[in-house]
Amino acid sequence: MAGKPKLYYFNGRGRMESVRWLLAAAGIEFVEEFLETREQYEKLLQDGALLFQQVPMVEIDGMKMVQTRAILGYIAAKHNLYGKNLKERALIDMYVEGTRDLMDLIRVHHKFSPEEQEKNLALINERATARYFPVYEKVLKDHGTEFLVGNQLTWADVQLIEAILMVEEKVSTILSKFPLLQDFKTRICNIPTIKKFLQPGSQRKPPPDESYVVTANRVFNRK
Amino acid sequence: MPGKPKLHYANGRGKMESIRWLLAAAGVEFEEQFIETKEDLEKLRSDGLLLFQQVPMVEIDGMKMVQTRAILSYLAAKYNLYGKDLKERALIDMYVEGTTDLMGIIMYLPFQPPEAKEKNLALITDKATTRYFPVYEKVLKDHGQDYLVGNHFTWADVHLLEAILMAEECKSDILSKFPLLQAFKGRISNIPTIKKFLQPGSQRKPPPDEKYIAQVKQTFNV
Repeated sequence: MAGKPKLYYFNGRGRMESVRWLLAAAGIEFVEEFLETREQYEKLLQDGALLFQQVPMVEIDGMKMVQTRAILGYIAAKHNLYGKNLKERALIDMYVEGTRDLMDLIRVHHKFSPEEQEKNLALINERATARYFPVYEKVLKDHGTEFLVGNQLTWADVQLIEAILMVEEKVSTILSKFPLLQDFKTRICNIPTIKKFLQPGSQRKPPPDESYVVTANRVFNRK
Repeated sequence: MPGKPKLHYANGRGKMESIRWLLAAAGVEFEEQFIETKEDLEKLRSDGLLLFQQVPMVEIDGMKMVQTRAILSYLAAKYNLYGKDLKERALIDMYVEGTTDLMGIIMYLPFQPPEAKEKNLALITDKATTRYFPVYEKVLKDHGQDYLVGNHFTWADVHLLEAILMAEECKSDILSKFPLLQAFKGRISNIPTIKKFLQPGSQRKPPPDEKYIAQVKQTFNV
């Protein structure tokens, strides 16, 4: 019964990318079924495989898990990436919600018109440099350890590196005022499982392009 | 040092209401400091009390917790409302995310343009009765127990009751096709801590009115 986790989503980042990152960081192999047609989606619905009729969905440990946050929390807890007590969990939860909010700004970026994209880019820049990255820079500075929480790799570190790389794709100099985050980036990217995930040929997905948008619209019957 | 948790938010439901519900359900007394003006918010920010410059913020156990989901998870775990193992947590997390999505649509209704109100109400009714309530009705039907997860009272039950009552405020007969949810509503509402929270004079907040909406828009630049 215990096979590899199976991810159901589009062949692109979207909301599933954080799940891919966390599984990869934990060294867990996974398989993927990519939604490409409306028929595939309808079959999943008819089979009752999508609790709230939505993806992401991950088949794992006999469950068909939905809701990104629930999936991530389960994987983190299962693979010892959720800290060692309630207080560490609280910190991790706060930190990942922050990076989630930042990444959500980028996740929807490709849906906007060119004028809206310009505004959104300014917002991403402002939020990253004035609201989010200063927090993580200060966390690292205050306790002077390698990781955000509890002196070991946790989900918070994995999500932060994902967020950093995503923002850098939009604003390449975004870490210029954050020396500790620059060190953090180098360090975390060198962790063997993460280094592997960052290499070409891994299951990491590229930023969304036209065909990704077209496919999602087709599957969800959006005009 | 351990005093009562202290909630920092506007004097209204918003994102803090689920936290009030969970504390109340757990029988935990709490205090509130209401943000009424831009200056109130600015002071919290300049005092460095808001990790990401945002509320909700809850002072609890020596922490200044932010991010609604983080606060709720901490409370659920602390007060034994998060199930007994990883699998129960997974179910609770999935169910709570569903009711969060539903309540999210309802929460934003008063902030939408008035012309869109009817359309949005129809959307809420549609989502509630075709996407969310059928799921919880089926969960209760499949295991025949009183609670959603693990045959004991958890955060998922509190959150679902909150969502049901909010949805009923939009459309009073929204549970008409869901007999098990109707029974669930009756049962959970009668739990002493929750019954108390549902009585007038509790810290439960009313639905947003014109005055509240205007104040929130002013204070938070919404």
